[in-house]
Amino acid sequence: MKLDSRIPSGPMAGKWDKHRFEMKLVNPANKRKYHIIVVGSGLAGASAAASLSELGYNVSCFAFQDSPRRAHSIAAQGGINGAKNYRNDGDSIQRLFYDTVKGGDFRAREANVYRLAQVSVDIIDQCVAQGVPFAREYGGLLANRSFGGAQVSRTFYARGQTGQQLLLGAYQALEKEIAAGGVKMYSRHEMLDVVTIDGVARGIITRDLVTGKVEAHAADAVVLGTGGYGNVFYLSTNAQGCNVTATYRAYKKGAAFANPCYTQIHPTCIPVAGEHQSKLTLMSESLRNDGRVWVPKRREDCGRKPGEVAEEDRDYYLERKYPSYGNLAPRDISSRAAKEVCDEGRGVGPGGRGVYLDFSDAIGRVGVQGIAERYGNLLDMYQRITDEDPYTVPMRIYPASHYSMGGLWVDYNLMSTIPGLHVIGEANFSDHGANRLGASALMQGLADGYFVLPYTIGHYLASNKFDKVSTDHAEFRSALEGVEQRTARLLGIRGKRTADSFHRELGKILWEHCGMARNEAGLKQALQEIPKLREEFWQNVTVPGSGDSLNQQLEKAGRVADFLEFGELLCLDALHREESCGGHFREEYQEAGEAKRNDEDFCYVAAWEYAGDRSAPVLNKEPLEFESVHLATRSYK
Amino acid sequence: MSGTLNLTLKVWRQAGPSAPGKFEEYAARDVSTEMSFLEMLDVVNERLIVAGKDPIAFDHDCREGICGMCGVMINGAAHGPNQLTTACQLHMRSFKDGDTLTIEPWRAKAFPVLRDLVVERGAFDRIIQAGGFISVATGSPQDANALPIAKQDAEESMDAAACIGCGACVAACPNASASLFTAAKIGHLGLLPQGQPERYRRALKMVAQMDLEGFGGCTLFGECMSACPKGISIDFIKRMNGDFIYASATKRDEQVLLGAG
Amino acid sequence: MLSFWHSSVGKKVVMGLTGLVLVGFVIGHMAGNMQVFMGPERFNGYAKLLKDDLIEITWLVRITLLVSVVLHALAAYQLTMRNWAARPVDYAMREPQVSTYASRTMRWGAVYLFIFLILHIGQFTLGWKWLLPEYTAEGAYGNVVLAFARIQWVVLYLGAMFFLALHLYHGTWAVLRTLGVAQPSAQPLQRRAPLIIALVVTVGFSLVPLGVALGVVR
Ligand SMILES: Cc1cc2nc3c(=O)[nH]c(=O)nc-3n(C[C@H](O)[C@H](O)[C@H](O)COP(=O)(O)OP(=O)(O)OC[C@H]3O[C@@H](n4cnc5c(N)ncnc54)[C@H](O)[C@@H]3O)c2cc1C
Ligand code: HEM
Ligand code: HEM
Ligand code: SF4
Ligand code: F3S
Ligand code: FES
Repeated sequence: MKLDSRIPSGPMAGKWDKHRFEMKLVNPANKRKYHIIVVGSGLAGASAAASLSELGYNVSCFAFQDSPRRAHSIAAQGGINGAKNYRNDGDSIQRLFYDTVKGGDFRAREANVYRLAQVSVDIIDQCVAQGVPFAREYGGLLANRSFGGAQVSRTFYARGQTGQQLLLGAYQALEKEIAAGGVKMYSRHEMLDVVTIDGVARGIITRDLVTGKVEAHAADAVVLGTGGYGNVFYLSTNAQGCNVTATYRAYKKGAAFANPCYTQIHPTCIPVAGEHQSKLTLMSESLRNDGRVWVPKRREDCGRKPGEVAEEDRDYYLERKYPSYGNLAPRDISSRAAKEVCDEGRGVGPGGRGVYLDFSDAIGRVGVQGIAERYGNLLDMYQRITDEDPYTVPMRIYPASHYSMGGLWVDYNLMSTIPGLHVIGEANFSDHGANRLGASALMQGLADGYFVLPYTIGHYLASNKFDKVSTDHAEFRSALEGVEQRTARLLGIRGKRTADSFHRELGKILWEHCGMARNEAGLKQALQEIPKLREEFWQNVTVPGSGDSLNQQLEKAGRVADFLEFGELLCLDALHREESCGGHFREEYQEAGEAKRNDEDFCYVAAWEYAGDRSAPVLNKEPLEFESVHLATRSYK
Repeated sequence: MSGTLNLTLKVWRQAGPSAPGKFEEYAARDVSTEMSFLEMLDVVNERLIVAGKDPIAFDHDCREGICGMCGVMINGAAHGPNQLTTACQLHMRSFKDGDTLTIEPWRAKAFPVLRDLVVERGAFDRIIQAGGFISVATGSPQDANALPIAKQDAEESMDAAACIGCGACVAACPNASASLFTAAKIGHLGLLPQGQPERYRRALKMVAQMDLEGFGGCTLFGECMSACPKGISIDFIKRMNGDFIYASATKRDEQVLLGAG
Repeated sequence: MLSFWHSSVGKKVVMGLTGLVLVGFVIGHMAGNMQVFMGPERFNGYAKLLKDDLIEITWLVRITLLVSVVLHALAAYQLTMRNWAARPVDYAMREPQVSTYASRTMRWGAVYLFIFLILHIGQFTLGWKWLLPEYTAEGAYGNVVLAFARIQWVVLYLGAMFFLALHLYHGTWAVLRTLGVAQPSAQPLQRRAPLIIALVVTVGFSLVPLGVALGVVR
């Protein structure tokens, strides 16, 4: 497989403009004739579907929830970046670009990141015009905050519900287009396969989650905006429905899967309370602007009430290790630091898996009122879940799986290695390299959907000839039968264990061996255990009910089955990458406790190519060149 | 702190949209007080599945009170007994050992039951389609700061925009009225300058769609407000009525009213 | 116009406006009735004034009232049917959280009021003999005294006053929201003025039958 990133030539700042001019346009009169399938109605999917329909294309949009508004983007709290430099604090497109490349530990594609920084500005304008009620100053202009370890204030936010407001903006645009007849919406439909004809993506197979009907849909181009695979760890901050199914099926149809081992573990989540735990709740990173992270210096003190631990017996380890960034150190670094102190036995709370996030100083500074104004809804959520009052008792937090930088490989036009199959948002391997900075995923999802894909997909359609295909084409029929057989097989096993119990076990394996810190031995063990577990799954899972009606266990089982295969790919990638970078920390490769990159051997994108169930996937490499930002060790000390 | 409870669940079971439904009783033993209400249902389901029985179907996704997918009647209260709390955020410590919980789906003509506790809320999407948006094509807008918006207006608009579309307002309303949901969107957009051009048109169309979907009218019972997990005020219903009356009286719904009230 | 009447909000607005007319009337009517305590001459004089000298105005009022009550009741009926139809299958269990008893009795209470109104007008204005055999067109005062000499009438009227009080308590609060004129407030559910209106009007009204029953008015 040959990976052509299609990066335009010329100086970085001019690439996108140049490319936009060079791309072919579709005659407005013909746009209606093109049918585009968009899978996903999150920030990426909804913004793309709406924008494409506005341009005149004939769009079908799919989502597994009951309404496009429920896509997981809704849960994003902290904010969205935009290089507006409204604060006059030295921000610029160049700086956002630089921060993102560096934050990604030099494992992202420069050209894409630069374009992202460029359009970030338009995103804010678009969202405001849609009526997104961003926070404002008394003067009536937009407010900003510094977020996720950035030294400039470029983050726009709407209370602790930024993702919700941005998604509602995109959702409303989508509903507007549905009303106008440009988009046909398929809610409660799960995509279970991509259909390719002569190697070109021409449609998908879906299951109607209410009637159970398996259907084929043909189109001229397919777009996946199906989100991340963080749920492979079972416990994560992702919504219950988040899955790898869509992208993994595309992978099995020939789309390369890039950097699966780049997973982000978020440092500030509410710790696990017990076996019953079904998800972990994120406490927005913005809390770290005012909260101080600490654990007791001595193990003996861990049992005691936080209030009883004297100031001099507290270890504010982030401030100690990273004086210049302190509590705002990037996510991967903060998460690992938390793991270290807990491994040393200095963790607090149930099972010793937690660290304190303490607001007492901030409250002393700005008062309870001040803190309530900034984080009220988050602290209330914490209290609701833990029954502890964060205003008087320090919060307990612990890292949890949160985001997947890895995803389907795409070129500069956001097209995967399957012609016609475009991938946007968290689902692609994205612009975040080995680690994503806070408030930049919302930015990327909307950049892809509003401002990049609408151009590049037009170029694809204008550059190729499409003869109509109908869904009774052999490829469609075989794909459809494949899906039906798989469903029947899952229903037929009638074993003893629930799909959830397998998912939970898979999560434990991955969290243990392929979580915040990884090493060869552990990964090899995981690669032993996962196939065994998968084996048992297909022998012993039980899926009650039938396939011809709403059957949530069937949906769940299908997703777990894919996670069980994907988890192996994840470990394989982690094992092959013999360096530490961003979210991928290999214990063998460190320097004084800090990640040690190996730019000689690993300065590339690892794009895995499916080679059949019997044989191991093939590794393809896209070398990364850095013209504008010079490779440097990422230091936040 | 943490403890365990033994509860009796009376759950509405219904095989399909047209199938007849009935209540079934289940014993939920050793429920940890640290569990969320949905995690309690997970545990009950795990046991049902292993016993070869059909698990209870219920909608949920984010499990942190923001996606609006979850929601059931618990002992006659939408989303359960706690204020400003969705079913997924409700924790079992809110119940006592030995309690009996009656669990029902949202009930409204416009929200048909699909299975057990799962209902179809597409009517909400259609209400939004009728006018719950600002018509601005991608790429057309001016600079974000070209239009100052008073902080208090932005905040009030945000109060309404916080709606998660869960449908608890409809479920709790004795009239099964969607007034609070509809009014929240009309309020969110109508309080912003960007929302003015379509303000009155929006009010007329969204109200008309709300009626068309078969929701009831508003008698101002106020139940919706107390059930709403986002605490959206019935003041927005008043605002919706005001916009509707103005629009009907002036018939200027099709015209541009920049900067109006 | 038609679309306005067909919309649930439109109907509700009609109810609100007509409701306000009725509120205005009951306040005035109650005030007028207080003259019962100033003796027969005064009260009969007042009745005469309305029936002879100001007859044109009276008719104006009557027509307005008739139209209002009809529209009000019609809208109420149609809305109620819609609202009931909106939930074909009821809950096995639904615990009212904040709705008042008044709001929940609007409908059945209104039915009582409706019947009361017919009987009341038949009795005092149209003088249906089967309701009040001793009715005389001139003797409004006498009519009142004779009517309330019968305990069942006292009970019927006091019952009406009970429902009227509830109706006003919710109605005068709700109408401001229906018409979109209420001031935004932190506790939109609290209602002080409506309580006062409801009590003054209904207590005032009740004094007459009670006065007769207790022999204060003879
Ligand atoms: C708790 C939390 C907080 C976050 N906070 C921030 C933040 O503050 N700032 C920030 O920049 N980022 C944040 N993120 C990350 C950001 O929210 C996500 O990366 C981003 O929203 C992903 O958007 P998306 O459109 O790519 O995917 P999603 O929003 O996940 O949408 C996926 C869509 O695909 C559909 N779908 C998935 N699989 C299928 C299938 N098989 N068939 C059919 N449809 C399917 C789903 O129905 C859904 O509509 C946060 C993430 C989490 C979990
Ligand atoms: C003739 C018999 C009457 C009937 C059948 C009747 C019925 C009703 C009903 C059912 C409601 C609630 C409607 C809803 O919001 O769903 C209502 C509201 C109201 N009624 Fe009446 N009513 C009657 C008489 C009166 C009288 C005598 C008054 C005044 C003294 C009155 C004043 C009001 C007011 C102010 C409202 C509030 C309207 C609103 O919320 O906008 N009604 N009526
Ligand atoms: C205890 C309370 C009341 C008493 C003692 C009372 C008394 C009377 C009397 C004596 C008349 C006849 C006036 C006349 O024809 O000379 C009358 C008329 C009337 N009353 Fe009342 N009334 C009472 C309550 C009410 C209420 C609650 C309503 C409405 C909700 C009402 C509505 C009317 C109407 C519509 C008329 C006809 C007015 C007309 O002549 O057109 N009354 N009342
Ligand atoms: S208004 Fe409140 S209750 Fe109604 S849908 Fe919105 S959030 Fe849910
Ligand atoms: S409960 Fe129903 S009647 Fe109106 S105030 Fe709320 S919608
Ligand atoms: S599951 Fe999302 S709000 Fe409850």
